[in-house]
Amino acid sequence: MVEHGDVRVVHKGGSKINFREPALSTDSRFLLCASGESVKVFSTATEECLHALQGHTDLITGVLLRPSNHLQAYSCSLDGTVRLWDFTDGILIRWAKSNRVNIWCCFIYVWTVHLHVCACTELFQLVAVHLPQCGEQLVEAKELSAVLSNISSNPAASAFGREVRIFRCLEVYFFKKHKSYSFFLKKDNQKGGKNTFTCITCHPTEDCIASGHEDGKIRLWRNFNHRKEYTYSTLHWHHSAVSSLSGTNLLSGGVESVLVQWRYNQESQRDFLPRLGGAITHISVSPDGALFCTSHSDNKITIIQSCVKVSAVIQGLVKGDRIRTDLMIEPRSKALVLNGKPGHLQFYSLQRDKLLYNLDIVQQEYIHESGLEQFEVVMAAFDASGSWLATVEERKQKAPELELNLKLWAFDDQKQSFVLNTTISAPHEGRITALCFPHVSDGQTTMLVSTSRDGHFKAWQLAAPAHTEDEGPSWSCDFLGAYHSLVPECCCFSADSSLLAVGFQEVVTVWTPASWELLTTLSQPPGAVRDLCFGRLSCSKYLLGATTSRLLCCWNLLTCSLEWVTSMDVSLLLADPLSENMAAFCFEAGSTDLFVFKPGEPRPLFSHKALCSGRVTHAVFVPREVMLESCDEASQWLNCSHLYFLTQSMDLLTFITKAEEDKLTASSKQLVVSDDVAMTPFHLLLGKHRDHSAGINEVGSLTLRLNRFHRPTCIFLCSMFVQSLLISKEEEMESEKEEEDSDGEMESRISRPEHMPSGESGCAAPALTKEEVRELRRLKKLDHSWMKGLLD
Amino acid sequence: MASYKPTNIPVYPKLGEKVTEETLYWKNYKTPIQIKEFGAVSNIHFSPVTPYNFAVTAFTRIHLYGLLSQEPVKTFTRFKDTAYCGRFRSDGQLLVAGCEDSVVRLFDVSGKVALRMFKGHTKAVHVTDFTSDRYQILTGSDDYTCCLWDIPNSAQLNTYQEHTDYIRCGVTSQLNRDLFVTGSYDHSLKVFDARVDKSVMTINHGHPVESLLLYPSEGLLVSAGGRYVRVWDLLKGGQPLVSLKNHHKTVTCLALSSNGQRLLSGSLDRHVKVYNTTSYKVVHNFDYPAAILSLALAPEDESIVVGMTNSILSIKHRKPSEEAKETAGHQRRRPSYRVYAHRKSYVPKQDDYLVSKPVRQHLAKYDKQLKKFNVSKALDTALETWIRGRKPEITVAVIRELDRRGTLKNALAGRDEQELSRLLSFLIANLVDARFAPVLITAAEMILDIYQSIIGQSPVVDKQLLHLQSLLERELDYQKDLLEVLGMLDTMFASSLPKIELPCSGISTSNGLPQGQSTASRPQILAA
Repeated sequence: MVEHGDVRVVHKGGSKINFREPALSTDSRFLLCASGESVKVFSTATEECLHALQGHTDLITGVLLRPSNHLQAYSCSLDGTVRLWDFTDGILIRWAKSNRVNIWCCFIYVWTVHLHVCACTELFQLVAVHLPQCGEQLVEAKELSAVLSNISSNPAASAFGREVRIFRCLEVYFFKKHKSYSFFLKKDNQKGGKNTFTCITCHPTEDCIASGHEDGKIRLWRNFNHRKEYTYSTLHWHHSAVSSLSGTNLLSGGVESVLVQWRYNQESQRDFLPRLGGAITHISVSPDGALFCTSHSDNKITIIQSCVKVSAVIQGLVKGDRIRTDLMIEPRSKALVLNGKPGHLQFYSLQRDKLLYNLDIVQQEYIHESGLEQFEVVMAAFDASGSWLATVEERKQKAPELELNLKLWAFDDQKQSFVLNTTISAPHEGRITALCFPHVSDGQTTMLVSTSRDGHFKAWQLAAPAHTEDEGPSWSCDFLGAYHSLVPECCCFSADSSLLAVGFQEVVTVWTPASWELLTTLSQPPGAVRDLCFGRLSCSKYLLGATTSRLLCCWNLLTCSLEWVTSMDVSLLLADPLSENMAAFCFEAGSTDLFVFKPGEPRPLFSHKALCSGRVTHAVFVPREVMLESCDEASQWLNCSHLYFLTQSMDLLTFITKAEEDKLTASSKQLVVSDDVAMTPFHLLLGKHRDHSAGINEVGSLTLRLNRFHRPTCIFLCSMFVQSLLISKEEEMESEKEEEDSDGEMESRISRPEHMPSGESGCAAPALTKEEVRELRRLKKLDHSWMKGLLD
Repeated sequence: MASYKPTNIPVYPKLGEKVTEETLYWKNYKTPIQIKEFGAVSNIHFSPVTPYNFAVTAFTRIHLYGLLSQEPVKTFTRFKDTAYCGRFRSDGQLLVAGCEDSVVRLFDVSGKVALRMFKGHTKAVHVTDFTSDRYQILTGSDDYTCCLWDIPNSAQLNTYQEHTDYIRCGVTSQLNRDLFVTGSYDHSLKVFDARVDKSVMTINHGHPVESLLLYPSEGLLVSAGGRYVRVWDLLKGGQPLVSLKNHHKTVTCLALSSNGQRLLSGSLDRHVKVYNTTSYKVVHNFDYPAAILSLALAPEDESIVVGMTNSILSIKHRKPSEEAKETAGHQRRRPSYRVYAHRKSYVPKQDDYLVSKPVRQHLAKYDKQLKKFNVSKALDTALETWIRGRKPEITVAVIRELDRRGTLKNALAGRDEQELSRLLSFLIANLVDARFAPVLITAAEMILDIYQSIIGQSPVVDKQLLHLQSLLERELDYQKDLLEVLGMLDTMFASSLPKIELPCSGISTSNGLPQGQSTASRPQILAA
């Protein structure tokens, strides 16, 4: 066994951005949201991620703007620290750590000078933290005073008002008076209703509390300074639990993904914004009230203007509760494809960590209602060239009422997307268990094989257009095969598509697609074949199968005999499309092990014990853009492809070699340190003037520091820029003198940057020839003074 | 914000006849004009010159019809017995016809009395034709002989006595004045050359020959007899080219479309089939009410004339072409266009920035109601008479959508007698349709659940429910019969398939399956 010395498992992209309520900056230009172990700063105008604030070592549980400084924000994390960031530049200012050991922060609030952190130790407590004003970066928070205990860890269940603090079962705590009142709703009003509190919010300026309930009602509480005389009014629009409330004009949302805006004091007037996507989980409002933003259960943040119009959508990798399709790679864009929103396939770029687009497979209006059976995309497959996509959607679990659709999508070059070509309703009588295209690399794919619980497998053929109708080619059934009325579970084409292997329970049947003849049968009882995979390249004579009786079998197709068999509970068997390597994920004692091997060799190339807990059922080999040249034995298998896999907790993980990691960290460090710009003619032109004019320095740094989305207006910059280019009379004299100097001296002078001592950067930059220098000089000598007149 | 996605109306594949350009071309005829003749219409022949009158031979008369007239423009009645085979000369001036009384008569088209009478045959003359030099006449008779006659002096030029049965068809070459072909009930076709006194070629058709046709190039000869239409290559010495067996009764007549691309054959099975002359596939089919005896096409395929045994002459005229119709409509509407023309005339220039208007999504009425969750109203809309009758797939799609939303029960409930009977009549009309059955059965079950308490209150609804019940019973019997047939077919297929011996690996132990089991396993290939 080879030890996994320098290959490491790392998280890769696609973290949740809807975990906690996002924070909008005071000027509504930035959106901060907790995303795994970092805080991401998005531009609200362009939806781009500007930078990620990294430093926490565990899940971040809260992001909050600092009320006293609108360019700073707090974040708290399960690692027990609270950090203060300058989010425009992405700099960590200070961080506070508790001196107690077992402390996790769940959410934070700031009230006057105190920072309140809900920390869960043994019991849920709200603690006030006083951060001392000192210059050091790391602060140890000593002054911890428990304010309240036994509160909910859900941040929606508590809210801060003007001077009150409220939470579940309506307990109102007055910070000033240090008093608390509790209010209860009668458990059985009318229908034995489910009137449990789900969320709560306070009016920012008035004494009014809004609470959302399980039955879809919103209650507005007033006059709660007295235990007896409180009043409440009820608003009802939602049909199931209200999950978020916010703002001066009350905003509410729930599972039906409709944002409802209630006018304060005129509650009968409502504005609706329907069909926002997944269920609304959080709503937040910018401090100036110009923007709302809603987080959705499908890992999406929608930014909405106050006139109830969607202005931007920030979409992360959608991770439903269940991924039914395999992980796939779209051959054209190399995007990762998997289930996304209900009824959609999502195309996710792994390089840019960005969702490219969602492809609507089901094409039906999604009805948000619990207990309703929806159409789900359960299977999808791409052909080798990426010109065809096959999808299977199904509805209703009961066998007699199963609704199945097989859809075939053709890639449209003009639209750069997949367009529906053929819909086959009820392609099989039972559920489809596997779907595969042959691997034809050169020509057009014209065949698809699907296997089903009804005991048949069908071959679908792309038929030429019938007669002279205007429609293009469409798919139809070409062959229907069965074997002893056994149920086929899996199918696989060989690398050259000359053989088709179909696993009928315990028996593997090998067919030739050219004439649909049964060539041979292979079997290794007991245990049904669960996974089939042909070897590739030099190992193409092998057929591998994983059975339910914890066996991995390898058959030699030349002799039709069993080559080897080993006992392991394989949950997933994969072949690398670019090499002979195969990966087997084995479930052993509650965790998953990975073995990478060549079918023809007795020893595995790589093994990793206890990769993660639970079964791994989704994984994919992603071809690399640039091949690695690693000759290290343990990491050689990663030369052609990445291996991505999804754990049971829906984390997308991948393997990374030591060399790669080093390169990554080096490049990121370099990014921070190297501030100097390459020596270009433009730099030379500017650099000379930097010493003299402060203006150009300012403009340059301004344009550099501000990212490309938030530049000042052109008019503002232009005048400064042009002014800095103008040469005053004295300078001109100097430069004329310089011209008389020797060429050698001149070069050193030119290549001198503004602050650094000359020499170092000069040699780093590409040396300019004498002709070029002269050319530049002539350019500089041109009289720009006419521009000054224009500017003034 | 995503926009509302309208209900998906599935497009069902059209069953039966595929619509092709051929079908469109041949369907583009008006409803036929039917004219009652005095007897079975044995021959129809178009005049080769304008105005393309056609001669219809029926019983003892020959009628001349104009192309668009419904009344005969001229009638030749001077026959003593049944007339046969009235044909025009290539200049359209003369007409020749045989007769049961063995006399061949020659008429001037403008006159009434026969110009010449050719007497010499001893039995009925079924075949007459002009040769291409226009001065001779070919006749074929039931006395097994065929003759050539000179028109000016009505003399018999030549007699051929080679056939051994009735001669019932014959054609003369249009390119060579000496060549002609005859077909006989002795199953043979004979090609004659007038310059020699014997046939130059004999071809065996295999059945009594009923009709003959020469291609305009005269390289190919088509013969019809029995159920077969056969094409022969004359240039290769009468080699059979193709044999078509598309009729199920005797083929009686043949015709060629004006451009020579399509061959038509009429038969006693009451069909006219249209073949493509390159692939010899049937591209279209006409149905007629009675057995067909004769068939002719006007020049440019302007009309199809068919004569039948029940003495009906059916004339189909081509519809005026679409373009002519369109231009007529265009002219009528032009003034109203002119008012708005200036708006459309603005063409954006190169540097113009085009601001596209947001396109408003158009929704059907039921979609608008579904969008507002008005489920009952949406179902009402989908059950409107014209949708229900013309496009039942829309109604079914709406029912399916309601079922998907879990609100079908709400939509079905709370209906009065009239609405309920409307629903039931829709069910009765469409429940047994295989495309709609899965959806409608669910709906029917729900309706029975909801309304079982009111059974017996309304005679209309009760009647419809009983109708539904009987419909389902009939369908069940039908399905059972079908399953029986399927089972029979399966056994037939299974016994007819060759037994495939599986290549059994030598090392049967490692293969896992025991030896006996492996050889016994035969794939159940079903013909898909």
